[in-house]
Amino acid sequence: MKRWQYPGRMARHRALAVVKDSVQLAALGDPTRRRIFELVGARPRTVVEITRELTVSQSAVSQHLKVLRESRLVRAEPKGASNIYHIDPAGLGQMRAWLDRFWSSTLAAYKVAVEKKSVEDQQ
Amino acid sequence: MSKRVSAAPVKQSIVVEAPIERAFKVFTEDFGSFKPREHNLLSVPIAETVFEPRVGGHVYDRGVDGSECHWARVLAFEPPNRVLLSWDISPRWQIETDPDKTSEWEVRFIAETPSRTRLELEHRHLERHGQGWEGARDGVEGDQGWPLYLKRFAERIAREA
Repeated sequence: MKRWQYPGRMARHRALAVVKDSVQLAALGDPTRRRIFELVGARPRTVVEITRELTVSQSAVSQHLKVLRESRLVRAEPKGASNIYHIDPAGLGQMRAWLDRFWSSTLAAYKVAVEKKSVEDQQ
Repeated sequence: MSKRVSAAPVKQSIVVEAPIERAFKVFTEDFGSFKPREHNLLSVPIAETVFEPRVGGHVYDRGVDGSECHWARVLAFEPPNRVLLSWDISPRWQIETDPDKTSEWEVRFIAETPSRTRLELEHRHLERHGQGWEGARDGVEGDQGWPLYLKRFAERIAREA
């Protein structure tokens, strides 16, 4: 398996970090885009391959990819007539951002579940 | 300079209106009921997520076709106070089979009152997932980086609640 590389550009672009984080957060807030991000993360794919996994149109997938690309979450590499989409190798920052979201939504859902169960047991 | 630095852990906490025993029981036994379902590496929808309540057990997703994805190992299981698990998913969204390249997450349960429990979650050693974290660290841990980001994130969650 190819090792993940983290270029030092995040450090160089420190002043832009806040803007970039907000943009990435917003980009991953959409469930379809998150799914696309996960698909591309599993292995590099073309628009056609991504569309095959989803229930939305190819042009919708292209729009989502545009947002992900602008947020520096994925990048496109031309291959023949089409692009292959990869995770943008900006490093663990994205993983951490994703984990933050994952644990936030998991704990929020947990709170609902445990408190609902408490109410049910009291009845 | 080859000094190994560690990545800032992801830390979160939440207070729930439930006794500590129940808080622990629901978190472990019902983990699959609140873990976001769309987050999985299977190619088919999830039928269930199983949290095996013992050291050496796993947390795994089972797909509707019977396929399984073991994405966490139970490293400590101490009801009702603490669980410690590995996180065996790489930044490339693949199962990491080398334990030295996995991070870990710990959940501590603290009784604030007999009917209220605080959960503290820490997901740490993210740097184990790959090389080069040192280069990215400044960008995510500086004063203008993650602390501010986390604050905004908390505000956003609060608005959505």
